[in-house]
Amino acid sequence: MLTKLTGGKVYDPAHGINGEVRDIYVRDGRIVAHHQADGVRPDQEFDCRGKVIMAGAIDMHTHIGGGKVTIARNLLPEDHRNDPVARSGPMRAGTGFAAPSTLTAGYRYAEMGYTAGFEPAVLPINARQAHMEMADTPMLDVGGYAMLGSDDFFLRLIASGAEQEIINDYVAWTIHSSQCIGIKVVNPGGISAFKFNQRKLDLDEDHCYYQVTPRKILQSLARAVHELGVPHPLHVHGCNLGVPGNLDTTLNTITGIEGLPMHLTHIQFHSYGTEGDRKFSSGAAQIAEAINRNPNITADVGQILFGQTVTASGDSMMQFANHAHAHPHKWVCMDIECDAGCGVVPFKYKDQNFVNALQWCIGLEIFLLVEDPWRIFLTTDHPNGAPFTTYPHLIRLLMDKSFRNDVLSTINADSAALSTLASIGREYSLYEIAIMTRAGAARILGLHDRGHLGAGAAADITVYTEQDDKEAMFTTPDYVFKDGELVVKNGEVIKVVWGNLHTIRPEFDRASIESRLKPYFDRYHTLKMDNFIIRDWEIEDDGRSKIMVHPCRGQA
Amino acid sequence: MSETQPKVFDNVPSPFCGIASDDLKITVEGLDVRVVANADTVTRPGFEQPITDTVPRIAGQPATLEQAVARAASLVNDAHLPVFSGFGTDVNETRAALSLIDRCRGVFDQARSGAGLRNLLVLSDSGWMTTTLAEVKNRVDVLVVFGADLEAAFPRFFERFIWVEETLFGAGTGQREIIFIGSAPPPSSAATSPDGREPTLIPCVTEALPQVAAALSALAGGQYLQAASVGGVAVAALQAVVDRLKAASYGVITWAAGQLDFDHAELTVQQLCKAVVALNRATRCAGLPLGGQDGDRTASQVAAWISGYPTRVSYARGFPEYDPFHNDAGKLLSSGEADVLVWVSSLSVTPPPVSGVPTVVIGRSGMCFEREPEVFIPVGVPGIDFAGHMYRCDNVVALPLYQLRESDLPRAADVLKAIERALGGS
Ligand SMILES: [Zn+2]
Ligand SMILES: [Zn+2]
Repeated sequence: MLTKLTGGKVYDPAHGINGEVRDIYVRDGRIVAHHQADGVRPDQEFDCRGKVIMAGAIDMHTHIGGGKVTIARNLLPEDHRNDPVARSGPMRAGTGFAAPSTLTAGYRYAEMGYTAGFEPAVLPINARQAHMEMADTPMLDVGGYAMLGSDDFFLRLIASGAEQEIINDYVAWTIHSSQCIGIKVVNPGGISAFKFNQRKLDLDEDHCYYQVTPRKILQSLARAVHELGVPHPLHVHGCNLGVPGNLDTTLNTITGIEGLPMHLTHIQFHSYGTEGDRKFSSGAAQIAEAINRNPNITADVGQILFGQTVTASGDSMMQFANHAHAHPHKWVCMDIECDAGCGVVPFKYKDQNFVNALQWCIGLEIFLLVEDPWRIFLTTDHPNGAPFTTYPHLIRLLMDKSFRNDVLSTINADSAALSTLASIGREYSLYEIAIMTRAGAARILGLHDRGHLGAGAAADITVYTEQDDKEAMFTTPDYVFKDGELVVKNGEVIKVVWGNLHTIRPEFDRASIESRLKPYFDRYHTLKMDNFIIRDWEIEDDGRSKIMVHPCRGQA
Repeated sequence: MSETQPKVFDNVPSPFCGIASDDLKITVEGLDVRVVANADTVTRPGFEQPITDTVPRIAGQPATLEQAVARAASLVNDAHLPVFSGFGTDVNETRAALSLIDRCRGVFDQARSGAGLRNLLVLSDSGWMTTTLAEVKNRVDVLVVFGADLEAAFPRFFERFIWVEETLFGAGTGQREIIFIGSAPPPSSAATSPDGREPTLIPCVTEALPQVAAALSALAGGQYLQAASVGGVAVAALQAVVDRLKAASYGVITWAAGQLDFDHAELTVQQLCKAVVALNRATRCAGLPLGGQDGDRTASQVAAWISGYPTRVSYARGFPEYDPFHNDAGKLLSSGEADVLVWVSSLSVTPPPVSGVPTVVIGRSGMCFEREPEVFIPVGVPGIDFAGHMYRCDNVVALPLYQLRESDLPRAADVLKAIERALGGS
């Protein structure tokens, strides 16, 4: 079947197309070249004249599945009680809000024009759950980053001075076993250190038991990811999240990686200075400058937006340290299986609160001061900075200076006065938004057939009506196509589909690493290595998700 | 190879116990399953329960699967409020049940939710700091067992997690201290260390557990108690427990909510959790809520991510509503509010409660009834008759379950989907 999208203004940065009027043809779920469609009468045609066409949006860092999200759900029944979602049309019932039910999360993403989301904190021991929840998230393609760096097997390797090759095998084995597409490290070594009652771990501080530093952990993981040819750079949630003055830690983290590719996630939470009367200030300018100067560095922002949300993180050390701020006052910390940990702390960001208002400014400053939109990504670290449903509002803040300044004038005046935001004139263009939320995200993950509209790409396509109010525009797309099927019309799901799981399969020496892992599991773990590994049948057998394996560098 | 040669399976995970031992050795000969290594009093009957019924019944009369599904669908369709309970089930079966419940505006409530809620109500009221089994195995130096006979529900707990041969951090397990608050462990208990050290016992009657938990929590928080004894227990003895936990590197307080079988036991659990948080001001300590037999945690987890709520969810108004008190299957049945009971239980042969309403049972073959249900569809067992997934008590580790034998029994998930299909469009 041939589908034609006629006459839309196309934003396809992967091909340098910036608002040109073009037709797009889709056949069997893929975009086809014009010459392949010439002379063929389309089976269906969508009049897109006056509309904006982009690839489906990709959220490269969103907590949509896994143990800590379900802990957040169980911790906050009131979060759901305030946002019940009735069964409607093809959509099943569910619940919103900050930690929505999986079904509702999928529908709401699609209704904003998103067609993929990546869960960034997959604890390998909990990866099965992450995949089961993502499998129950309709409409979206998904994938995960496996968390390493506080697991005892890895820390023992590092502490014993193991060769990089062994680390590489272990990292590759973990990606395979947890069916992930990248590696994330959270508070490197710190989650483990907290189990030994260490309450803080700076970049060059020793883990009290293993006597290794976060710097060393970062280097060895970044090197492994690089040497294995994993397309996505090491995804780093750095040390000292949320601590005033962590700006220096972040700058040292950037230099400490010695040129290796590294992605700094929710960098807003790591860009704090200690200037001023309240010893809390913006480090956005220095951070943005460091990103601009270092082409090996990418970042997503983790913008905060005002309102009630819940923070769910693998960083048990820092979540415990911050539990006094819980709103409402209840929270969870867990030590998990000699693998990692988690902390879930509900939070209400208030626009009249000095710190929160400044956090809001810092995030926006970073967005606007980082020059290259290919290296900065639009996230709220859902739900940690705000629920993903705030994205259209955030896009408007970036695209509309006068709107931004209007909001700025309503927040805590001391914070506003300390911020340089008012003096920044930049407004993101539609082309730059398409880079941040589509082309750039696909490129940084190694998804060759997503995030663009060239021939051969999967037909994940979003069509908007261009409006001055960009929040309205991005809230309600006219059409969303998933793998070529029309799934959303006028901002409402009309057809429910199930997405794919994106993975990679780097090459490694399985026999060698399993000869170490099998006895390790037998001696210290509470399950067998064979039962830890997630097999393809577990993902694919119920007929919904399909595994898509993307090549690593050097693989055909 | 001869027909009668038994098939042998190693490292088989058990869906029947909350700690999900996955080192079982199992042989299968025809339909006959035997646990031949690492069996215990929970896993052996779980696996070895023979298949009895293979034919569905309607009102006690043999029927085809299609007829039984159609009859079940018409009962559900005509019901004002169908209530779904049981839920010794795996992940896919729970998914299928929730889809049907959403479709027919029913209520979801597990048979074991009363026990689970003693923990869940604490989680949603104040949160907690907890740990998982591998952390316990490698780190614990002082284990406080509060009001529980762990081995009754988890016979291999001490063997698998406490008296292990070695730990990651060098410390031998010889120094581990076990403190029981409540009843003494049974004489055969494995709580006694391999070198013969008996656990410390602070005897306490069940009725006094709430007060004793409150006292522990106060003492852990640094408060001074004027009373010399609480609930018959010397405050000095409780202070000694707190002092021991304060001196520990990684203390763990564990309880089995299913065994805290008294009104408002969640308040007792909450005091234990408060004690844990207080102890973390200076050292590390964690709670270990034990539970999860017969897939109880599995159903709760799946419900939490699909509906937003872990248990006792009503879809009666078209969207999920959580009411841990009102949406109690037992209450809804006895009050007459529910007019059909659908009992889904593929792991356990526990039959539904006898009630006055028509009952549909999608149950493990081998289930026996006090009163014949209107519809009975015998089904196979995830982890024996087909593959699946289940959760361990810590809500973190989900284990794959494997097919061990070839039976013709249908899967509960397929039966539930067929009923939903028979109901037609939304
Ligand atoms: Zn993070
Ligand atoms: Zn995150």
